[in-house]
Amino acid sequence: MSKRFLYVNRKAPYGTIYALESLEVVLIGAAFEQDVSLAFLDDGVFQLTRGQQTDELGVKNFSPTYKALGDYDVNKIYVERESLEARGLSLDDLLPLTYEDEDDDWAEKDSIKLVSAAELAEIMQAQDVVLSF
Amino acid sequence: MLHTVNKSPLDRNTLESCIQHALKGSAVLLIEDGVYGAMQGTQKSPMVESAMKEVSFYVIGPDLKARGIDASRVIDGIDIIDYSGFVDLVAKYDKTQSWL
Repeated sequence: MSKRFLYVNRKAPYGTIYALESLEVVLIGAAFEQDVSLAFLDDGVFQLTRGQQTDELGVKNFSPTYKALGDYDVNKIYVERESLEARGLSLDDLLPLTYEDEDDDWAEKDSIKLVSAAELAEIMQAQDVVLSF
Repeated sequence: MLHTVNKSPLDRNTLESCIQHALKGSAVLLIEDGVYGAMQGTQKSPMVESAMKEVSFYVIGPDLKARGIDASRVIDGIDIIDYSGFVDLVAKYDKTQSWL
């Protein structure tokens, strides 16, 4: 019996270790064939921005790893509209995250779903387990 | 005085508090997650643009690049500097206050 897991991401990517830790837990958890969703809100939306280049900081740029989530059947990625707008961002500023839908002849589809805070509240309520980072 | 801010203004109030305590002629340097305070078009950019009338603002380029913030999205008038520029600022001002 699979459970519904939601990972809530609220921190910017490099100032703290939360974003990387969350991503690693998601990838580990993906092996257990649960129903996994990810939410990005507040400064968490900065985790998904395009064009991250960390070579001058000497830390790992883990943003390309988000693109692999689709291959692990993690394809429900909710981004909160209000958080993007407060930061002057739009969907075009985010990484293109996609998955191949096995129920639709492996058509490539967008994993990111833009939702309002009210919609995200309902998504949170519908989970069995919520893990916050 | 040189003030440094290393937290996102959309997550913490450190930049806001720093600006409230920065006197005319002082400088604010945005580092680490503080660089989000240098972005145009955010909820907090009007606060920074207003403060820039009396205080000089600087931001660390490598911290911007790490976070995918292109120089074109930085508020006009904020000086993008590297680590040697950071050292120059510390040497130029008599004191440094780190807003953590």
